[in-house]
Amino acid sequence: MQFLKLIARNALRHKLRTGLTVLGLVIAVLSFGLLQTVVGAWYAGANNAAPDRLVTRNAISLVFPMPLHYRDKIRAVPGVKRVGTANWFGGIYQDPKKFFPQFAVDAAQYFEMYPEYRFAEEEKRAFLRDRRGAVVGRKLAETYGFRVGDTLPLRGTIFPGDWSFTVRAIYEGAEARTDTSQMFFHWDYLNETMKRRVPRRADQVGVFVVQIADPARSAEISQALDAQFRNSAAETLTETEKAFQLGFVAMTEAIVVGIRVVSFVVVFIILAVMANTMAMTARERLSEYATLKALGFAPGYVAALVLGESLAIAAVGGLVGVGCTFPVAAWFSTQTGTLFPVFEVSLATTAMQLGAALAVGIAAALLPGQRAARVRIVDGLRAIG
Amino acid sequence: MSRRVSSTLIEVRGVSKSYRRGGQVVAVLHGLSFDVQRGDFLGLMGPSGSGKSTLLNLLAGIDKPDAGAILVDGVDITVLPESDLADWRATSVGFVFQFYNLMPVLTAFENVELPLTLTPLSRRERREHVAAALRLVGLADRAEHYPSELSGGQQQRVAIARALVTDPKLIVADEPTGDLDRQSAAEVLSLLEQLNVQFGKTIVMVTHDRRAAEHAHAIKYLDKGELSEGADLLERSVR
Repeated sequence: MQFLKLIARNALRHKLRTGLTVLGLVIAVLSFGLLQTVVGAWYAGANNAAPDRLVTRNAISLVFPMPLHYRDKIRAVPGVKRVGTANWFGGIYQDPKKFFPQFAVDAAQYFEMYPEYRFAEEEKRAFLRDRRGAVVGRKLAETYGFRVGDTLPLRGTIFPGDWSFTVRAIYEGAEARTDTSQMFFHWDYLNETMKRRVPRRADQVGVFVVQIADPARSAEISQALDAQFRNSAAETLTETEKAFQLGFVAMTEAIVVGIRVVSFVVVFIILAVMANTMAMTARERLSEYATLKALGFAPGYVAALVLGESLAIAAVGGLVGVGCTFPVAAWFSTQTGTLFPVFEVSLATTAMQLGAALAVGIAAALLPGQRAARVRIVDGLRAIG
Repeated sequence: MSRRVSSTLIEVRGVSKSYRRGGQVVAVLHGLSFDVQRGDFLGLMGPSGSGKSTLLNLLAGIDKPDAGAILVDGVDITVLPESDLADWRATSVGFVFQFYNLMPVLTAFENVELPLTLTPLSRRERREHVAAALRLVGLADRAEHYPSELSGGQQQRVAIARALVTDPKLIVADEPTGDLDRQSAAEVLSLLEQLNVQFGKTIVMVTHDRRAAEHAHAIKYLDKGELSEGADLLERSVR
């Protein structure tokens, strides 16, 4: 009891110093958490991938399409349960800065494969009935104020011309980490329009999303699919949805690595600050530690006092930092709009934040604690407190 | 009350101590040998640098000699391992320092209780012991005060209460009045004398102050690390 009392009162002895150290810890833990969440957001697509979904694309590059008739061949491969078509649309809503992903999809098939997108049945039926209908995710709808019945105009870039859609449904995510920042509309509408405007670009598919019956056979089925189109004009590359998503992450891997490094640098900086605080603290109290040892307290007790104080400060900073992360992340997510489709502070991030605070608390106390424990009593008693 | 010394508490045998300063070895104590009787109140005097604080540290087991032996109640404390020595100090020695050395974040009560937390006493027993010690030093009404809320004399009395609360065989005091005004010094010395006379505590006190030394009933003079020529003759009773 006396031990905990000493730790608590020592920690509050220099309120300004302790307060500033805690503030530094809060900022570091918060920054670390936010940066880790940004990294997590980068991987959100891969993390949300389902093991029973494969993606088939043109083997040369994603920018090259594949003929529509591949769909029937893919469907005929044993183990394939369902095939959907999807094209990246890349239109501009009002301003290029107002970016959000838009896909033309084979709606009836596609949404059967993505049960994590939840619709109100009535809205879904209305969407399927309307050839120019569109569905938007809840986050996207909230970002730009889209409501069912609204007209949604887009200016085409990949598919030229002005396009107009009617929002028929707003989908919800089955989980908090489900991406609800996307817009979908009918692939048939895109294809028919292209037939009129640029006929040579009709019946071209960006990717086929393939649902398979047994995820354990994904490698085998991928090979079988690609074998169908070997030596054709558009050879294919089939991979799991997760691998497909990770391919996008790999394109920006340097940024992700940079963010990761910065997040750990932040922790290292606060470690140096905290270690300095604890070193000053231990130096100032050498005569007290010597007195305790003279009274019969073991060196370990003295070291534990330093460690306990360091851990107490780190724990407060860590907990407040974690507590601040959630509202700040929510604010950050709002400010960045649909840049990060999923911006969720994960349990793993929270654990890492607390772990980092704990590690800082321990590491910062190592040398000062050792010094306090090893101080010769006669030298410590001579020290000026 | 009889002050007859019944047996030897401390036996110092051929104790030498030197320090290394700036690459040079400075001998502080040279082969000292003397006894301190149980219930004695010994004053150690001498000029600055004579080695009296060093000798006190050795007697209290917070420093070790280079040579020689120090037996306290039959235990050679110079050969005890550090952990055993810490246990020995906790049970056998009470410390009174020149600058009190109280924990500033603990109240007077908690400071006095501190050494008792190393004992198996229950919380209730500890409280009783602390209350008794504070009553003895006349600070029962200051139990909840922090050191910064007490005068120098009061802080030293708290330190004395802390020194005696474990009922040690030996109390060592290093310039206990060195930081006090005359009146506070007189109160502290009177308290130490009371502990010696009334409770039979063996006290070894380092002091520069001849007035303080008069409260001891034996004095040893140290000069250049040696008990000065005819030291035994200088040992004198002041009562």
